Amino acid sequence: MVTVVHPNLEDTNAKMSARDVSVFYGDKKAIDDVSIDIPTKYVTAFIGPSGCGKSTFLRTLNRMNDTIPSARVEGEITLDGEDIYRSKMDVVQLRARVGMVFQKPNPFPKSIYDNVAYGPKIHGLVGSKSEIDEVVEKSLRRAGLWMEVKDRLEDSGTALSGGQQQRLCIARAIAVDPEVILMDEPCSALDPIATAKIEELIDELSGRYAIVIVTHSMQQAARVSQRTAFFHLGKMVEYGRTSDIFTNPLEKRTQDYITGRYG
Amino acid sequence: MSPAILLVLALGLGLAGWLAARARAWTFRRDSANGRIAALPVYHAWYVALWIVVPVLLFVGLWSVIAPQLISQSVLASPAASDLPAFGFQRDAILSEARSVASGSAKAVFNEAANGLVEPYRAAISRYNLIGVLATLIIAFLAGAWAFLRIKPDFTARTRVEKAVMTILLLASLVAILTTLGIVVSLVFETIRFFGMVSPLDFLFGTQWGPDPMSNPNSPDGSRYGAIPLFWGTIYIGAVIAMIVAIPLGLMSAIYLTQYANPTLRKWIKPALEVLAGVPTVVYGYFAALTVAPAIRDAAFAVGITNASSESALAAGLVMGVMIIPFVSSMADDSIAAVPQAMRDGSLAMGATTSETIRKVLVPAALPGIVAGVMLAVSRAIGETMIVVMAAGAAANLTGNPLEAMTTVTFQIVAMLTGEGSFDHPATLSAFALGFVLFMVTLGLNFIALRVVKRFREAYE
Repeated sequence: MVTVVHPNLEDTNAKMSARDVSVFYGDKKAIDDVSIDIPTKYVTAFIGPSGCGKSTFLRTLNRMNDTIPSARVEGEITLDGEDIYRSKMDVVQLRARVGMVFQKPNPFPKSIYDNVAYGPKIHGLVGSKSEIDEVVEKSLRRAGLWMEVKDRLEDSGTALSGGQQQRLCIARAIAVDPEVILMDEPCSALDPIATAKIEELIDELSGRYAIVIVTHSMQQAARVSQRTAFFHLGKMVEYGRTSDIFTNPLEKRTQDYITGRYG
Repeated sequence: MSPAILLVLALGLGLAGWLAARARAWTFRRDSANGRIAALPVYHAWYVALWIVVPVLLFVGLWSVIAPQLISQSVLASPAASDLPAFGFQRDAILSEARSVASGSAKAVFNEAANGLVEPYRAAISRYNLIGVLATLIIAFLAGAWAFLRIKPDFTARTRVEKAVMTILLLASLVAILTTLGIVVSLVFETIRFFGMVSPLDFLFGTQWGPDPMSNPNSPDGSRYGAIPLFWGTIYIGAVIAMIVAIPLGLMSAIYLTQYANPTLRKWIKPALEVLAGVPTVVYGYFAALTVAPAIRDAAFAVGITNASSESALAAGLVMGVMIIPFVSSMADDSIAAVPQAMRDGSLAMGATTSETIRKVLVPAALPGIVAGVMLAVSRAIGETMIVVMAAGAAANLTGNPLEAMTTVTFQIVAMLTGEGSFDHPATLSAFALGFVLFMVTLGLNFIALRVVKRFREAYE
């Protein structure tokens, strides 16, 4: 079965493209023949029931699946037209350009300041102390955390609340100035107020980066994204503008899922 | 012999009670309306069995202490005992010979005077054996009957059995604690005696060590009891040289095993490393004394150092370091593996390489655990005896030269206790003072290590 792509999807600049991508864990096929264009300056949401492969697919976009020994990727994924799975591709560079925020906030057990400065330091983006200060402040401001933590930058990142920790992780990701930010259910461990703050933040960041967000919450996908892809059983069933997917799904399975018939 | 019979008797009675109680509980269960009683039949069975076995065991324990005294009293009261010598060694010897013959562990008496006592002994032994068996049976029946009558359909046997099990577990854990306390008390007692003869200031701050076990015990020469060279040797070998070997090697092997090694390799290397921890220390001692120490001396000669000793701190320290590697590496391994995968993913997703992730995220996060492992390793190293006895030498040198012989606290404890001094000579008693200091230091290190580990555990909850 092929993916249904809505015909009215206007031609935007694709930041990342996947062509016929399949992912295997050992012999098990987790992702089956997915092709998608991720537009820049938009938020793309991946929705679908648990175990449908949306997180797996997300992790192929910055090669985090490399850390799982049995995982194997077939097909082609490009970033600005360059195949990210080619042998010359430097994974370190790729991950600097395609950042990631995880399901559970995972700040390092270091100070808030060091958490944000970590990426710029390892990539050699900053030299002097004042440059680092500047990057830290800019990133925390963009992540909407600066006002809350500016007086306690030396406190441990793990001492913050869950929502603040997640915004710290976002600040950490944007500190290396990525082009794409992948978010794997970034609000699933947070309460509604913290969730609202993150959603607001995603909205602000979308003008600057290509953002891909995996979410369980259809309301969240409807609120924050402009593009939505529906995954089911390792296949991408339908892809289109968020408004179209939610108001006028072309596939019966998509309709069943968004109306809450299963999932 | 007699307590063994009583033990078997106790267990047999317990089994009987167990079976009877279980059968009775089954009848409750069959007769009850819904097939339910307050506890499973097996708990009723254990309840009765415990009530039989525990009192009987207490009685057997008590009886095995008092029965021999009752026996010898009754023998001494017999007319045959009237011509025994009144006191002393000979009297005891005659009595014990007669007892051996009576109980069957000896064939015939050596001393004719014991012959007359064999018969009274035999009579007394069989009488008290009979009393013991009867008393056991009576206690078992009384306690068992009492417990058996208590079991009813609504009797909460399970909670009671669980309470009893908990008490047994508590007693088991108290044994270790009480033993530790006993050790401390005996050390303190002897240490105080030692400090009554030699001033603690001389002992703790003196720099000359050379107790003479043949000197007059009543006027010890305090200046010969300065333990600083021993403390220095202990720290230099155990905490400096050994750790210079063990910390980097242990840490690096832990990092390799947790982060780089593929699972098959890890499956082989980790147990191989743990074999090191199972090698008896005396074997390490051979290795240090016969292989490493001469090799070090020869190497020193080769580079022109002619005064190298054939027993050296370096040899003992190096081998001890190798011995300690598994301690450091397994603690480091555990604490690195305990750092959540999310930390590792977070760092890799930032574009950090594996080695950056290890150096900047994993090791700092695991540091408390690693430090605790090192402290446990140090306390193990400074308490280590065999290697230093065999390879470090006996000379109490206060020097920083690792090629010279040194001695340690543990070595001197062995030397003083196995020396020719009498047990109340200050040279012998100094072993207890040294042991006490060593005990306090290792106790302190373990305590700090446990505190550090505890704080580390809380960091991720």
